[in-house]
Amino acid sequence: MIELIAEIWQTARRNKLRTSLTGFAVAWGIFMLIVLLGAGNGLINASEENNDRYVDNSMVVFGGMTSKAHNGLKEGRDIQLDDNDLYTTQSRFTKNVDKAGAILYEGGATVSYGENYVSSSLRGVFPVDADINKKDIVAGRFINDIDIRDQRKVLIISENQARELIPGNPRSLLGKVVKVGEMAFTVAGIEKEDKSRMSTEITVPFSTLQTIYNRGNHVGRITFTFHGLATEADNEAFEKRYRATINRQHQAAPDDEDAIWIWNRFTQAMKMEKGTRIIRTALWIIGLFTLLSGIVGVSNIMLITVRERTREFGIRKAIGASPASILRIIITESIIVTGFFGYIGMLLGICANLYMDATLGSKPIETGLFTTTVFVNPTVGLGTCFGVTVVLIIAGTIAGLVPSLKAARIRPIEALRAE
Amino acid sequence: MIHLEGIHKTYAGAQPLHVLKGIDLDIAEGELVSIMGASGSGKSTLLNILGILDDYDEGDYYLAGTLIKNLSETRAAEYRNRMIGFIFQSFNLIGFKTAVENVELPLFYQGVGRRRRHEMAMEELEKMGLTDWAWHYPNEMSGGQRQRVAIARALVTRPKIILADEPTGALDSKTGVEVMELLKRLNREEHITMIIVTHDPSVAAQTNRIIRIKDGVIEHS
Repeated sequence: MIELIAEIWQTARRNKLRTSLTGFAVAWGIFMLIVLLGAGNGLINASEENNDRYVDNSMVVFGGMTSKAHNGLKEGRDIQLDDNDLYTTQSRFTKNVDKAGAILYEGGATVSYGENYVSSSLRGVFPVDADINKKDIVAGRFINDIDIRDQRKVLIISENQARELIPGNPRSLLGKVVKVGEMAFTVAGIEKEDKSRMSTEITVPFSTLQTIYNRGNHVGRITFTFHGLATEADNEAFEKRYRATINRQHQAAPDDEDAIWIWNRFTQAMKMEKGTRIIRTALWIIGLFTLLSGIVGVSNIMLITVRERTREFGIRKAIGASPASILRIIITESIIVTGFFGYIGMLLGICANLYMDATLGSKPIETGLFTTTVFVNPTVGLGTCFGVTVVLIIAGTIAGLVPSLKAARIRPIEALRAE
Repeated sequence: MIHLEGIHKTYAGAQPLHVLKGIDLDIAEGELVSIMGASGSGKSTLLNILGILDDYDEGDYYLAGTLIKNLSETRAAEYRNRMIGFIFQSFNLIGFKTAVENVELPLFYQGVGRRRRHEMAMEELEKMGLTDWAWHYPNEMSGGQRQRVAIARALVTRPKIILADEPTGALDSKTGVEVMELLKRLNREEHITMIIVTHDPSVAAQTNRIIRIKDGVIEHS
């Protein structure tokens, strides 16, 4: 093997310019492949990071408007989810539902502390909200069951709003009493500000908001986490069952798809994953097609090489080289040329990815309302590098195949006759 | 050493060319023979068949007791490598390899290890008086030196026969004489069977036996 490589080095050295020009096409192909995959990963990572804000196995249920007449009632009725629905969700679907909760909103609340105030809106939640929406509490605690039971007047405020109320030391607001409108609330927790959305909401116990703002038995939207629904079909079956049950409670047709809306984050994530896979595949295909021109180039040059070395191969065969050994020379040369320049391309591609990561990747885009990052870690993993190596070896073999077969078929008499 | 019996060879084509029309020939071990004939007489074809570079249609060819017939390319290459040493008119050295690397090449195809290969090649070059030229490339050498490298390459595998195709054809007369002397000496001292194809009567005259070919058959004189 070492001798084979030494021999190839000997011949490659004779045609430096030609070899490097050919190699450039391969290097370019691999460079493009790596950059494309890196950029794709950057976009995918960014969107995954956005989705990471919710727990995957959760659903949100909204009230809608009936689209079918049922039980003597006309279509077009508004459906408001109520305590009964929440209770049903908790008690009738225990096989799948872990924890259920509801969210109520109340707009236009002014929260003040001494001279300072912030305009905000209220969001009444259950403790499960901390899991579903991945709340990050930096001081104090989140809403708990006792808050709900006792309808306590406590709230969770985000750090940037707290900063408005106590500019110097926002966390010292913990435990202080602030005014929401004309009512006094105790600050029970401070949550991390989330720059990716307009977090002007103040979180309060669900029962507190429901009572204070006279919502009767309305619950707004129902949220719950679930388990045991692995496939898309399982999810669909569950949604169908759930919908029928809730619909019935509101005298809507069980199969009325508009009476309530179900947003299943799990199936959404599944779809997302599928999309991600498609994007990755597409990027590979584009990259491989770019590489194809490089492979054709290598093949072409190898053909010329074989023509040039016809006589040499004739001599080799006359003194005892088997066709297989000639085949091996050409294929190995092809793989080495492809591999060498491919790795140069890969290295440059990785450098380009790192540059992207250092510039676009770390720079969040400020929209005014929220900030977001388009590229998160736009690089390729070790797995891709292995994949590319395999691709290069296969590509080199393919490129060398036709030329090497031609070389192996050279007949020594004809080669030696050619003066 | 060589036994040919009723060898026929026809080149297929629009007009099939019957080149060899029944060749019977025996060459004993240690003989130095020459094959002469005009161009088109079939002597090159005969040489190719003797060198297992080409196959034949009819008859039998025994080389050192082995029937050489219908061999696969790989098998033919193996036999060439082990039994035959070639010397060509135009030397046919590989230009980007040094003299010693050229001599090593047949051993490489035998699978001889690098060090052993190098030793054997150097030994052979020494016999040719080319030790100082071992690391030179063919284009840095004179014709005579190149032909001696080629002879060293032919001998390094200790073949049964040496086939020389116009070995002096590309050399000036003085060098030609030297090369012939060398071949004769090898034949005399090392008892190597040698077949020289030539159209030069002075070369043929130096061999033990002259085989003349005309129109695809051996002329008996």
